[in-house]
Amino acid sequence: MKELMNSPLVHVCLTLAVFILSKKLQAKFKSPLLNPILITIMVVISFLLLTDISYEDYERNTQIISFWLAPSVIALGYALYSFLAEIKADFKKIIFSMLAGSITGVVSVFITAYLFGASKAIMISLAPKSVTTPIAIEVSSQMGGIPSLTVAFVIVVGVLGAIFGQTYLKLIGVNDPKSVGLSLGATAHALGTASISERGPDFSAFGGLGMALNGVLTAILAPWLIKLLLLILY
Amino acid sequence: MILIKQVAIFLGLWLLGELISYYSHLPLSGSIIGMLLLVIGLELKLIKTKDVKDVANFLLNNMAMFFIPAGVGLMCHYRILKQEWLPISVAIILSAILVMTVVGLIMKKKS
Repeated sequence: MKELMNSPLVHVCLTLAVFILSKKLQAKFKSPLLNPILITIMVVISFLLLTDISYEDYERNTQIISFWLAPSVIALGYALYSFLAEIKADFKKIIFSMLAGSITGVVSVFITAYLFGASKAIMISLAPKSVTTPIAIEVSSQMGGIPSLTVAFVIVVGVLGAIFGQTYLKLIGVNDPKSVGLSLGATAHALGTASISERGPDFSAFGGLGMALNGVLTAILAPWLIKLLLLILY
Repeated sequence: MILIKQVAIFLGLWLLGELISYYSHLPLSGSIIGMLLLVIGLELKLIKTKDVKDVANFLLNNMAMFFIPAGVGLMCHYRILKQEWLPISVAIILSAILVMTVVGLIMKKKS
């Protein structure tokens, strides 16, 4: 029995089952706090602690799931391509705002964490917090961060953005679909985008665009920015 | 067969990306180079939309699921999170507000 509990079959089944159930739960109650990723991670951790199975075993057993991370990053290229006409029509403004957003996101989180006494690994893990998780993981692991911490940060940012983002944007007078979509997509990736989808397809389209563009720009810029910031601060 | 071809295209782009990443010494991972290659390939009509569409949609729709194993790795970092919760939470909240403000105001100002 112990062997079965520590097999790829059980670990993959458990992960899929909990994820599907928590997705249904969220669809039913529509609360951003019931984030399926957050719930699944917490349930799996409890299972591993209760059964006394190490993370290394779980990680090895679920490689069939994590293998698809990189292909899903590549698939973002397809999403980006399908937005190309929209981007071309408003190219300069969109690129400028996304560049500013991407740089602001990386630099501000890095410096604030530094000022509040975070360690280097934490700062690097925080740097790609606003981008969609597969890209964040890539940036973090490549620059010497802790990928699993980065995943946690990305989820926290996403949940916060989904709960408070729209209210804050209203407060500063940002209401049109383009601006709202791009800023929430760039700040809180898929979770932020999901939170505005009820306001119309134009909102979610620009949310997706903001997420994809910020992801690409941060993937390209973050490694250089991190190197530069480390050079300045240390 | 159609799906196998589509999957093969994605894995091929990934492999190509890894090779470029390895030999070019760019600080970009193979998957991100693969993503850029896909955009270029589609734009130049070297790759047909119908040859990537289904698998791309599958991957995009289920993206969240693929990083759960990485997220579970959180259990190994309980101590560091407990130690550094203050800089982490201040940095995350402040930075999120700044990004929303910068992007939102730039988009609003010029439109």
